Amino acid sequence: MIKFIMRRLFGLVPMLFGITLISFMVIKLAPGKPVMLQYSLNPKISLEEIKRLEKIEGFDKPLYAQYLNWLSNISRFNFGRSIADGRFVTQKIAERLPVTLTINILSLFLIFLIALPWGIRSALRQGSLFDKISTLVTFLLFAAPTFWLALLLMQLFCIQLGWLPISGITSLDFEHLNLWQKFLDLGRHLFLPVLVSALAGFAGICRYMRSNMIEALRQPYIYTARAKGLPENRIIYKHALRNALLPIITILGLSLPGLLGGSIIFESIFAIPGIGRLFYEAAMMRDMNLIMAEIVLVAVLTMLGNLIADVLYAYVDPRIRYKK
Amino acid sequence: MQDKSLKIGIFIIGLFVVMAIFAPIISPYDPSAIDQDGLLMPPSFKHFLGTDTLGRDLFSRIVFGSRISLGIGLVAVGIATLVGLMLGATAGFYGRRVDTVIMRFVDIMLCFPTFYLILAVAAILGPSVFNIMIIVGLTSWMGVARLVRGEILSLKEREFIQAERSIGASNLRIIVRHLIPNAIGPVLVSATLGIGGAILLESGLSFLGLGVQPPTPSWGNILIESKSTLGVAWWITIFPGFAILITILGFNLISEGLKKKMGN
Repeated sequence: MIKFIMRRLFGLVPMLFGITLISFMVIKLAPGKPVMLQYSLNPKISLEEIKRLEKIEGFDKPLYAQYLNWLSNISRFNFGRSIADGRFVTQKIAERLPVTLTINILSLFLIFLIALPWGIRSALRQGSLFDKISTLVTFLLFAAPTFWLALLLMQLFCIQLGWLPISGITSLDFEHLNLWQKFLDLGRHLFLPVLVSALAGFAGICRYMRSNMIEALRQPYIYTARAKGLPENRIIYKHALRNALLPIITILGLSLPGLLGGSIIFESIFAIPGIGRLFYEAAMMRDMNLIMAEIVLVAVLTMLGNLIADVLYAYVDPRIRYKK
Repeated sequence: MQDKSLKIGIFIIGLFVVMAIFAPIISPYDPSAIDQDGLLMPPSFKHFLGTDTLGRDLFSRIVFGSRISLGIGLVAVGIATLVGLMLGATAGFYGRRVDTVIMRFVDIMLCFPTFYLILAVAAILGPSVFNIMIIVGLTSWMGVARLVRGEILSLKEREFIQAERSIGASNLRIIVRHLIPNAIGPVLVSATLGIGGAILLESGLSFLGLGVQPPTPSWGNILIESKSTLGVAWWITIFPGFAILITILGFNLISEGLKKKMGN
């Protein structure tokens, strides 16, 4: 097991290298001078000033030198400063990361809590009315744009019914509430964002669980179990379910980029101060340092998510460890 | 069931394709004609789906928007499929080093949440229909590449390929004439699914203001207004979103139908 983990950790090195290289190339795609781009919003800047700034930021050097310089900076967690307010981008991201992670973890939890039993039930009653309806629902959810669902739910819960606040994560009088009220206030604000983010991933996992379960029930060891005369409950919940659940671990890792990517949209709809909204603002302002830092961060987060999923999978399924 | 999903899907997409092609004939108004006296009119006989904050006819805008959405979906997936086919076939056919390098590249690309990459590039290159097609295409080829590689790995050991080799066919001929045509089935399934995905990406991007720019109507950018008219004009929220939903549903149904058809 330790050998397996070491091998995977070692494999991360080229991945990290690739991630930084692609992030760097994305930024360098920009036509024209990078300084011009960054300060294009400021009409008063002179040509001499641009030259001077270029020299400071090292844009006059060849590309590979710029990349190596940037790489050595970010390896010390120096991603530079934001052009919006001159603060370190790492600091800005660190402030906003907890909100995004909280929402994503909550919605992941919600997805699994509902989608797994739902998918299993669908598989066990293949072809029943429940299965047909759930197929329809998941198909519709799969096709619905998340931001549209968010708008519809906002319309219903925040405007028509007036049950939930429309944006932000805290009320104006948050400071004056007691602990319990604070908790309630946060919950009321986070309810819709978590729900919307969960709806986006729900359909895929539900379908996946269903087909896994159906596949597992078709395996020869199920026939063996039946032939032995084991009770049906034991066959389903012990033999089939365990094997059907295994691949779900991988899905956990694979659903990370989708969740993080979705954060951009629903955080800007619900005005939630997370990294998704921060990225959106950075993109609108062409705040290059912030854009680069966030792209590297989300890619590394995804990579680590996949690593954890792989290790977990190898832990529960020893067959994986000895392959290759 | 399987036959039905393919038929319903083709029917839906056919409808939207007709709508896109004959947009100027179908839409009763100019999609960007502003009507000062008819702001935010609810659906009526005059304005089938109502009007927006500038008094523009929503139905006409949605009809013209189908051109943008379908166009971006098709071209982006075309690019993604082409790139995925080339890289996947190369990796699968040549194996060893080439395979390792290409598949590592795929792994790395898969680490980036697509929307972050797309948003960054759109912000840097500037949003335009052309740029969006390219960006969406170049960030969604990885699935195809994996698929094609897997297919070719298993195909290349088959007898008809060895026969082809023994009569001295070149590598390129084997790949293009024999391997790819035999691997195209699953690619077609994933491409139809991909069109829906690309339309979804475009609408999200346009909704954030970094996609198709107004006054050109796209389903995503019509929805920008719905944020400010929430609770005032439900039709602006409902109809464009519904158009996206139905279109993606159509493509997903076709994909599902194709998959089942090939499985049999």
